[in-house]
Amino acid sequence: MKLVLRYLKDYKKESILAPLFKMLEASFELFVPLVVAAIIDVGITSMDRGYIIQRGFILVGLALVGLLCSVTAQYFSAKAATGFATKLRHALFSHLQSLSFSQVDTIGTSTMITRMTSDINQVQSGVNMTLRLFLRSPIVVFGAMIMAFTVDVKAAWVFAVAIPLLSVVVFGIMLITIPLYKKVQQALDRVLGKTRENLTGVRVIRAFNQEDQETREFKERNETLTTVQKFVGKISAAMNPVTYIIVNGALIVLIWTGALRVDHGYISQGQVVALVNYMSQILVELVKLANLIILMTKAAACANRIESVFVIEPDMKSAASGQTSGGKQEDTIVVFEKVGLAYQGASEEAVSDISFAVQRGQTIGIIGGTGSGKSTIVNMIPRFYDATSGRILIDGRDVKEYAVEELRQKVGMVLQKAVLFKGSIRDNLLWGKEDATEEELWRALSISQAKEFVDTKEGGLDFKIEQGGKNLSGGQKQRLTIARAVVRDPEILILDDSASALDFATDAKLRQAIRGMKDKLTVFIVSQRASSIQYADQIIVMDDGNIAGIGKHEELLASCDVYKEIYDSQFRKESEG
Amino acid sequence: MKESKKTLLKVLHYIGKYSIYLVFSLIFAAVTVALTLYLPILTGDALDLIIEKGLVDFDGIFDILKKMAVVILLTAAAQWLMNICNNRITYHVVRDIRYEAFKKIQILPLKYIDGHAYGDIVSRVIADADQFADGLLMGFTQLFTGVITIFGTLGFMVAINVKITIVVVLVTPLSLFMANFIAKRTYSMFRLQSQTRGEQTAFIDEMIGNQKVVQAFGQQERMLERFDEINGRLEKCSLKATFFSSLTNPCTRFVNSIVYACVGVAGAFAAIMGLTGVAGGITVGKLSCLLSYANQYTKPFNEISGVITELQNAIACAGRLFELIEEEPQIPDAKDAKVLGQPDGSVELSHVYFSYVPEQKLIEDFNLSVKPGQRVAVVGPTGCGKTTLINLLMRFYDVGEGQIKVSGIDIRDMTRKSLRKSYGMVLQDTWLREGTIRDNIIIGKPDATEAEIIEAAKASHAHSFIKRLPNGYDTIIKEDGGSLSQGQKQLLCITRVMLCLPPMLILDEATSSIDTRTEIRIQKAFARMMQGRTSFIVAHRLSTIKEADIILVMKDGNIIEQGKHEELLKQGGFYANLYQSQFAH
Repeated sequence: MKLVLRYLKDYKKESILAPLFKMLEASFELFVPLVVAAIIDVGITSMDRGYIIQRGFILVGLALVGLLCSVTAQYFSAKAATGFATKLRHALFSHLQSLSFSQVDTIGTSTMITRMTSDINQVQSGVNMTLRLFLRSPIVVFGAMIMAFTVDVKAAWVFAVAIPLLSVVVFGIMLITIPLYKKVQQALDRVLGKTRENLTGVRVIRAFNQEDQETREFKERNETLTTVQKFVGKISAAMNPVTYIIVNGALIVLIWTGALRVDHGYISQGQVVALVNYMSQILVELVKLANLIILMTKAAACANRIESVFVIEPDMKSAASGQTSGGKQEDTIVVFEKVGLAYQGASEEAVSDISFAVQRGQTIGIIGGTGSGKSTIVNMIPRFYDATSGRILIDGRDVKEYAVEELRQKVGMVLQKAVLFKGSIRDNLLWGKEDATEEELWRALSISQAKEFVDTKEGGLDFKIEQGGKNLSGGQKQRLTIARAVVRDPEILILDDSASALDFATDAKLRQAIRGMKDKLTVFIVSQRASSIQYADQIIVMDDGNIAGIGKHEELLASCDVYKEIYDSQFRKESEG
Repeated sequence: MKESKKTLLKVLHYIGKYSIYLVFSLIFAAVTVALTLYLPILTGDALDLIIEKGLVDFDGIFDILKKMAVVILLTAAAQWLMNICNNRITYHVVRDIRYEAFKKIQILPLKYIDGHAYGDIVSRVIADADQFADGLLMGFTQLFTGVITIFGTLGFMVAINVKITIVVVLVTPLSLFMANFIAKRTYSMFRLQSQTRGEQTAFIDEMIGNQKVVQAFGQQERMLERFDEINGRLEKCSLKATFFSSLTNPCTRFVNSIVYACVGVAGAFAAIMGLTGVAGGITVGKLSCLLSYANQYTKPFNEISGVITELQNAIACAGRLFELIEEEPQIPDAKDAKVLGQPDGSVELSHVYFSYVPEQKLIEDFNLSVKPGQRVAVVGPTGCGKTTLINLLMRFYDVGEGQIKVSGIDIRDMTRKSLRKSYGMVLQDTWLREGTIRDNIIIGKPDATEAEIIEAAKASHAHSFIKRLPNGYDTIIKEDGGSLSQGQKQLLCITRVMLCLPPMLILDEATSSIDTRTEIRIQKAFARMMQGRTSFIVAHRLSTIKEADIILVMKDGNIIEQGKHEELLKQGGFYANLYQSQFAH
């Protein structure tokens, strides 16, 4: 809760003023019975109609002041609540962005989305209601109790017993329901997950006629959600009736005690009436309080869920951005020293004992079977994942000593999965380099072989890409993601199997264009195709997480069985025709 | 406002199913209110028996207190039961609507899903439904008791003094008018808030879902800025909606205070009349009773107006849900749609025209005749419309003009299910569901035996990597495949098809992420599979294509060449060029 509530700090003024004005309003309400008493005692007894009308105006005046106080309170609480939620969303979004890849893998996208949306909404309305009501109710309750003591100490002991009892019940129900509300949100997460899955996988689901099956599963999850909701509802629905029983039970005791006290002549009938009135005042406030507490419990459960994300420390430590190497450029640009990596939760290392060195300007091909660890190696260069053993040097410095920003600035990365964002082609390319000129953009497009199709798109660079690049084909997306990395003008360009959707001709042209890019550009090409990496300066052959061979094409052909097998499988057949 | 009324009617339609609970809820509400109003009378009676020292009727008090105890327990029970009924109605209604929305997603045309941000649709099914539930529940719990309390107190007041009651009743509409005035203005604000939330969810979905790319390009700062822009707008409209809607309560309370003042003044005059013995006068005691009921009477108006703002928000959310539910679905299967039993495997496309957007022509006058068992390879530069062809074959999209026949039947005259069942599809874009590896494999044949599953996995060369996973076939994978590599995901997708072996196949770059050694082995398995099966293959590797019976060369949405490998090579056209370029490094 603490981590979440600290964002309310910026709204200290509002958070104090809102309940304060609410209390003012409540106290003006308390004057009303006094004025009415005056009407009865003075106005009616002396039959003074003018006096009565005058008091009537005082009542209206009190109402007006009450209205102003209340509106002020509502404004401040709304401001504090929405402002708080905005700050919280900002902080959470920025926190999520700072998490490492393996943490993102563990948390899961749909969980992050519910945290950002429905959880924060719940907390927002919780804060809003709390600011409005939370101070008011206890003050009325305890105020009434104190007033009761001034009337008759002995009879007032009923209050002193009833109120703690009420607190126990109210907080007890709260304690029981908080974990249950957590369950509700978990069930909601699962409903969300299914919904999302059905949107992203709509083609496969329909192709396999899985609509009914999916609907059944959704129904099941939806049903679970409803069952938990109803169960929690049942418990929190008991709050009002139970408080009702306690307060009115106390009332019965009060009347009995009062009767005894009157019989002994300690207090008058009027005083008993007063005590009874205080008791009913308490009840009215408690009903409000109970509703508020249900809301708060929900909000607290959500706040805790948000907090559980906040406490996840980004596990990738970045060196301070100040310590730059001053652009030191070594001839040996990338060195892997006995590097190993085990993914979180995996029992075995995905790659182990990887050692190699790359000279500036070289083209490195990485080839190997599916799941042999090719991507893992290149993912470690810009520190998407940290090596669990050994170390990686870029320009002679351990990657962990770089500020992550600085390190990634050196690297242009094209991921396996071609991802583009909603916005124009230009917007997407500018991700690579914010201040890229028109000329640079077009140059990148022609290198990535995308110029030709961008030219045909309506608006050219301003062509609007839909979310997820849905209005582009797989190959078009891949070429744009390559262009995006090229725009960056990096020292190291990594193509992680990112030409898989390109035909051979385009692929070849692409590689040719990249080779012609600039002198000392170091290129890593991860590919399934021997033809893509055949002319690399060094070819790293991966097999089951280990390096099976390093060398040039001819050397490997002679010495490395795995490479030979891959090469033969592709070339002998294809060159037959 | 009109729009919201329509939405309300639709909500009522959903509630209709639970009318029994609604009736019970009403009965329990009535009981609760009646008993709540009766309790003060009992209390008053008891107090009347406590007069002064020595004048206390303990026996009488004891009787009344016993009665009170019973009333209290009954009230509490009725209240609890009422709450349970309301809970039930609310959660069931929301469940039904959510279910309805999900079912709709299953039959929406792909055009809609392709054209809308996932996050926005998800936000409707989750966040909007949630808000709707909250509002509805609050509405039920407080609306009924409120209304019944109003009528109850009105009855008691009439019994005391008609004229003053009339004063009260006359001033009441002011309160309702006020609430209505504010509600009208806040509805649009709530809608704007809801919309902005949807926009934000879509943004979050996009950025968080693709966080790796965001981080790779160090775009966190800029994305945060864009997020803040939406967030800022949300803050503004949310503040407006929250503040203006929260005005309802103080404003109606103000009106109520005026009612109270009026009753006080009018009652005092009547009391003076009573003192001077004029007819229609009342006693001071009656006046205080009247005042207390006036208070009781107006309080529910406060609550109701509070409920109205809450309901407003709920209705706005429900509106967005209904928008989704009422979205035009895909053209349903014709009533007399045939079930394609055992298709012979012939596919005939005649004069097919298609485009995603009317302004942009794509496929024009496309003709193709595939005999049973033939292998059709589709080649062409990236983005030439190969995927579109698959969209049409699978009937993800309907042709604009012309027709596609399978087994001699227009595919629009058969059920989508039977059409899709006869195809085995492996897409380049792999998709895995959350669940075990096994769940993902048996998706096309849920009743497959263990032996069949393993056989299929072996054929697709997925068995060896599955075996190495922590729990083998029972390893749970997260949405979107989690830590599996792209190639492993593709192997699983192939296993799916290997398992159910439908009569026709569509392979769209099915092996693009698989290493070539494995691919060759899979190709062999595919070749076995394709024996006697009509198949459509989109591929880059010409080795696969060469043996095809028909090669379609596509460019810019058109078939520019069509024929066998040798024929096309002889033509020396686009295909020949493409083929040569494979080895031109």
